[in-house]
Amino acid sequence: MLSRRDVLKSLGLTAMAGSLPRLAFAKTVLDARFVLVVLRGAVDGLALAAPYGDGNYQKLRGELAISKPGSTDGLLKLDGLFGLHPSLANVHQSFVAGHANVVHAIASPYRERSHFDGQDMLENGAARNGALRDGWLNRALLPLGSRLGNEAAIALAQNTPLVLRGDNSVTSWAPSRLPDADDGTLERLQRLYAHDEFFATRLEQALRSQDIAGGMDGMGNARGNDARQFAELMQSAARFLTSPEGPTIAVVELGGWDTHANQGSNNGALANRFAALDRGLGSLRDQLGDTWNRTVVTVVTEFGRTVRVNGTRGTDHGTGTAAIVLGGAVNGGKVIADWPGLGDKDLYAGRDLMPTRDLRSLFKGVLQDHLGLTPAFLDETVFPDSAAASPLQNLIRT
Amino acid sequence: MSKAVIAATRFGYGARPGELAGIAKNPEAWLLDQLQGPSRLHAAIRELPASSAMLVEVQDLRAKQRGKREIRDDGEIVKIYGPTVRQHYIDQVSARYRAAAESDTPFHERLVHFWSNHFAISADKQPMPAIAGLYENEAIRPNIGGKFADLLLAVEKHPAMILYLDNQRSIGPGSKIAKAANRRRKDQEFGLNENLAREILELHTLGVDGGYTQQDVTRFAKVITGWSIGGATERGRFSDGIPGTFQFREIVHEPGSQTILGKRYKSDGVEQGEAVLRDLAAHSSTARFIAGKLARHFIADEPPPTVVEKLSEAYLRTDGDLSAVYRELVEAEASWDAAHAKYKTPHDFVISTLRAFKHEPDNPRFIIGALDTMGQTPWKPGSPAGWPDTADQWGGADALYKRIEWSHAVSQVVGNRVNPVELGDDVLSDAFRPETRRAISRAETLVQGMTLLLASPDFQRR
Repeated sequence: MLSRRDVLKSLGLTAMAGSLPRLAFAKTVLDARFVLVVLRGAVDGLALAAPYGDGNYQKLRGELAISKPGSTDGLLKLDGLFGLHPSLANVHQSFVAGHANVVHAIASPYRERSHFDGQDMLENGAARNGALRDGWLNRALLPLGSRLGNEAAIALAQNTPLVLRGDNSVTSWAPSRLPDADDGTLERLQRLYAHDEFFATRLEQALRSQDIAGGMDGMGNARGNDARQFAELMQSAARFLTSPEGPTIAVVELGGWDTHANQGSNNGALANRFAALDRGLGSLRDQLGDTWNRTVVTVVTEFGRTVRVNGTRGTDHGTGTAAIVLGGAVNGGKVIADWPGLGDKDLYAGRDLMPTRDLRSLFKGVLQDHLGLTPAFLDETVFPDSAAASPLQNLIRT
Repeated sequence: MSKAVIAATRFGYGARPGELAGIAKNPEAWLLDQLQGPSRLHAAIRELPASSAMLVEVQDLRAKQRGKREIRDDGEIVKIYGPTVRQHYIDQVSARYRAAAESDTPFHERLVHFWSNHFAISADKQPMPAIAGLYENEAIRPNIGGKFADLLLAVEKHPAMILYLDNQRSIGPGSKIAKAANRRRKDQEFGLNENLAREILELHTLGVDGGYTQQDVTRFAKVITGWSIGGATERGRFSDGIPGTFQFREIVHEPGSQTILGKRYKSDGVEQGEAVLRDLAAHSSTARFIAGKLARHFIADEPPPTVVEKLSEAYLRTDGDLSAVYRELVEAEASWDAAHAKYKTPHDFVISTLRAFKHEPDNPRFIIGALDTMGQTPWKPGSPAGWPDTADQWGGADALYKRIEWSHAVSQVVGNRVNPVELGDDVLSDAFRPETRRAISRAETLVQGMTLLLASPDFQRR
């Protein structure tokens, strides 16, 4: 039988196993928890963490600009340049406590504007579109092995998202009652039905009845709002991560970020979305209890949105955006950004926030310092062709 | 809209990915070839037990439990009989939907389901849930391509239909047993049950306006007294014949000749009823009724009268050769008119979704739950009239909402591995409107895009 050390050696963890006492190694690998939150639909990074100190911000954002820190319902101050969206109170609390960072002007290598392709690249970790068919987090599982014979990672979803798909066995779980069709999907259907009277009138009638019935879904169940469903999902994630033989890695998804119209500012559609995210992150933290201290959560999206407001009080698909890293294991309290500025010449393609950091740097920083993967393994297997995107340093408390 | 798409969606159950290219070579031939040769049985259907064995099994179970109940009234009946029957029902639903989802002769499958619905039994009456699928495969499936008369005879002699419409209880008032009994006890009920006779005339052959009278119903009911099932009957009155199969019981048959629709039928035992059925099959009202139902199912809720007339003529010309009628249908210009699109039933919608995803439905409860929620529980139309076949019956606002919710649910289960734009191109081809395609390509997530695709008018119509 192979010793644990031999197994680790064969799996590319030798550098680390050799450089650290065994106990420390075991603690790192077995005790560390990692949660990846994928926000689908392209989050507006300039609303998540607004550069209120940038002279161009107010001018370009107009009515979508969020009030400065200190004003009513205004931004939650991060530093002299950035403020967090007022709906993200739990994240701000962690930031102030030194357990959260915001990483700004960040993007995957994807430079087109399709949600599907953008999410594919966010999840497969490839340098080019279509280069890989499995997910980077699945590939990262190889040296972690299975934990007491069980899968090391779980997707809190009906179906495993691409980021966790691949050769390594993972598990998935979702509430037996599937989430209702969300308001965003129903709105899109209304638009799709607009030119077909048969469908248009019926959907309109149905939605009116839903309102009257006090929010029942089509299955006759009380229609939970998304925020509650997401918070419950996060609590479930925490239960899995704290169960003695449970997984150490969880992936959770939240959609509804494609704010082409009526995005809102301090309040409104996007603010409600942030509130749902924040409530979920708070639920995760509370439910994890002491395990929170050994946890890192990264919150990412496929790309950002246009800097300027479009004709329908929203924003269109962009490039650079912001990400959040939080958890008790995070060395936080910083906004990590090589800020490109918002001047006309600073923008990507004249319309988007210029990405100055590769998302893979963030992931590599977490995988290396929190989950103990070696740089060679990261560059060769988890993120091929990513040598230029070096791991973000000092993300994790030591 | 191209003929390949219409062949696949209107006549079949929707294309599976990659299927349209083959159909496009000759859509008419693709359809008509499916009616050649014996029905190719899906393994899941082949593995189902025979209805005769099933009937014996459930009857035994019931008898056992009756005995138990006499000893102690502790609900044993529900505990054993219920779950057993339920499991058989689930197995049969599973086989039916797997066969349809995976079939490369979907027009054939659709015709099987069409006739199964025309000759509907409903699984809300015991022991129908245990034999509904077996009935479909034994009485309907082998007979959909031949003469209507043969299909009709197979159906009316099947134990499922006899039990569903109570014909085993129908006793000729002048039969030997009635006479004997009436000598003993005057008050005992030995009488006719007109249920099966009426539904044969109203729903299976002539149609409600087909020109028959109450007198015809009563006389026909007398003609088919004795059409029963072999083995022990409920009250232990008889035990002759092979258990679970058709059995003609002379002893309860009403003797004497009967005149139905103006024609006199001699008393010839079982042949008397068979002769009536053959004449009903050859009746012009039946031709019109069948032609109308087929045209409504395949062309439009209000089919063009000229097409109905042509189908009816083909039926009468060929002595009720169903293949000839289908050929006429496939060759009718109106069949290929995109403007005549039908709103899918939940049954259509579920099968076409499974086909689009190339999904093998490994969880029959998911299928049953879906159809139940959307209002079309398998083999449970609630009456011998079967499910309605027009959009106004399925097109309620709430019903659409439930389709949307299910689209969303199924997309979460199987939809995040396929690009919905590519899938739409593949299975809808030119029925995929540019605006639908655009809306889906802009969706936030694959799941949302797939939900839009499944709930789109493009996918909801056939």
